[in-house]
Amino acid sequence: MGDTAVHSGSDDPNRRDFIHIAALAAAGGAGAMLAWPLVQQMNPSGDTLALASIEVDLSKVTEGMQVVLKWRGKPLFVRYRTAAEIASAQAADSEPLKDKEHSKDSERHVVGKPQYLVLVGVCTHLGCVPTFGGGDYKGWFCPCHGSQYDTSGRIRKGPAPKNLEVPDIAVLSDTMIKVG
Amino acid sequence: MSGQPSTYQPKSGFTRWLDSRLPILRLAHDSFVDYPTPKNLNYWWTFGAILSFMLGMQIITGIVLAMHYVPNATMAFASVEHIMRDVNYGWLVRYLHANGASMFFVAVYVHMLRGLYYGSYKAPREILWILGCIIYLLMMATGFLGYALVWGQMSFHGAVVITNLFGALPLVGESIRTWLWGGFSVDNATLNRFFSLHYLLPFMIAGVVILHVWALHVSGQNNPIGVDPKSEKDTVKFTPYATVKDGFGVALFVVMFGLFVFYMPNSLGDVNNYIPANPLVTPEHIVPEWYYLPFYAILRAIPNKLMGVLAMFGSIGVLFILPWLDTSKVRSMRFRPKAQIFFVIFVINALILGWCGHNPPDKFAIPVGEGGLTFVWLSRIGTAYWFAYFVIIMPLLGIVEKTRPVPDTISSPVLSGAATVEKA
Ligand code: HEM
Ligand code: FES
Repeated sequence: MGDTAVHSGSDDPNRRDFIHIAALAAAGGAGAMLAWPLVQQMNPSGDTLALASIEVDLSKVTEGMQVVLKWRGKPLFVRYRTAAEIASAQAADSEPLKDKEHSKDSERHVVGKPQYLVLVGVCTHLGCVPTFGGGDYKGWFCPCHGSQYDTSGRIRKGPAPKNLEVPDIAVLSDTMIKVG
Repeated sequence: MSGQPSTYQPKSGFTRWLDSRLPILRLAHDSFVDYPTPKNLNYWWTFGAILSFMLGMQIITGIVLAMHYVPNATMAFASVEHIMRDVNYGWLVRYLHANGASMFFVAVYVHMLRGLYYGSYKAPREILWILGCIIYLLMMATGFLGYALVWGQMSFHGAVVITNLFGALPLVGESIRTWLWGGFSVDNATLNRFFSLHYLLPFMIAGVVILHVWALHVSGQNNPIGVDPKSEKDTVKFTPYATVKDGFGVALFVVMFGLFVFYMPNSLGDVNNYIPANPLVTPEHIVPEWYYLPFYAILRAIPNKLMGVLAMFGSIGVLFILPWLDTSKVRSMRFRPKAQIFFVIFVINALILGWCGHNPPDKFAIPVGEGGLTFVWLSRIGTAYWFAYFVIIMPLLGIVEKTRPVPDTISSPVLSGAATVEKA
């Protein structure tokens, strides 16, 4: 019969197998192509990305003061450090630090202006907002699970794994910077 | 559904007509009327009905809330207050929903401990048990998403902490977190998707509940002595026996539920959630809702972020493999004197973990002079016991424990006294 070739039990792929494989591959490909946008729609949208940077006027911050701004929905600490804070931050450069990446104080403050420290005010443990002035290192203290940061925002004690994040900063003029 | 022949007899012309087109009444009859249930079931077995009732309650009150609630970061909190103050009986619907979630968890914990004690996860009920664990996980997700919707201080910072758990994963953590947020932080996009998912998950729960009940009706119910029914003498019909008992259990439960809703509707909540969300200030002490506290304690017990997250998920994950960790030949702990002791310690330990989760880690749980035992250390002990119970005690005890004699059938201890009670 003409049909026997198609239904032969041999292991060689025949025309019907080919149709099955091709149909499944096409359906699988189509499924993946649909899944991609369905997954991607969850990522930050265009307008969210567009609002991702802000300009900060440093002259509004006076010595020993910290201004908290909202940047990308998160708190941004802009701190004018006292001489004592800068000194203790620099002195700690040589101590064993938990997070060593870009951990020199000179790599963390605003370029050329050691008095200004700009940090993302989000604890690197689980995201609470640390408060200034607490803890053994006189920097920031996180009330949630007790992480302690020094006056350079470096993690010194507690469960947080990383230093407080320093955002990308562009110096626009003597008093203006752009964050993000 | 239990594999035995259907005894359904359509009585009227219409039901005969329907039966030959969609035998839905037959399904209901065979599942909930004529279905044989072990005759020795106690009140711990009414919690399944209570859970079904609570799921229905959450879905109905939730759909009503969604008619008035606005899933937008600038309006969500105000819309919840609008529900409380302006919408007719809005306060009632919201209090039913908020306290209903707590009651739902009360019921699920009793239901799970019932299973743990009577060995209901053991063969042939492994799939039934795993489906239950999936329902529990979905409930935890739903409760978390719903709590975020209020957009109070606890909602917001709770959502921050929980979504940050995913950031602990190596390599992919950060992108997963951004993906969950839909931005650079918990914000409007996050609230919107949380609302969508909070609406969806309860219906997924309902779907898994159907599978759960299906599996139940294939293997049959376990019972307090853990011996399968051998003959018709061991069972009674679901209706009226189980229906009435379940109905009575639900009624008692509703009385307790009512006490919360009408006399102390905010006792289980946190005052901070009546303060609108402020991303720039974290409440001094972040605590999740009571039903998550033991797991929160396990998370904080471990000083390393990733390990803490893994331990927390692992503490629920072990439940999934429990059927293979328990090596005992005897199903019900009624005949396992040693297991009973460890079980009681397990329950107390879970409560202690909850207490730890509620308190700041560095506070002293048991003060001794100037120092003492801090809550972190207490939760470390609790975490150790939690895991030891499942991965050490359960496997070993089944081998070394000397069990009490187990009756042959459900009826035998009643009908012929101790004479037939031999087989160990
Ligand atoms: C498994 C079932 C459910 C559970 C465990 C659950 C849990 C919760 C919880 C804990 C809250 C926060 C309550 C508060 O503190 O005010 C909440 C809020 C809310 N839920 Fe649900 N829910 C469930 C089903 C649903 C369903 C099916 C809907 C339908 C759309 C819904 C709609 C809402 C809305 C609109 C809110 C915000 C208003 C409010 O806080 O009262 N829920 N839910
Ligand atoms: S979130 Fe800061 S210590 Fe946990």
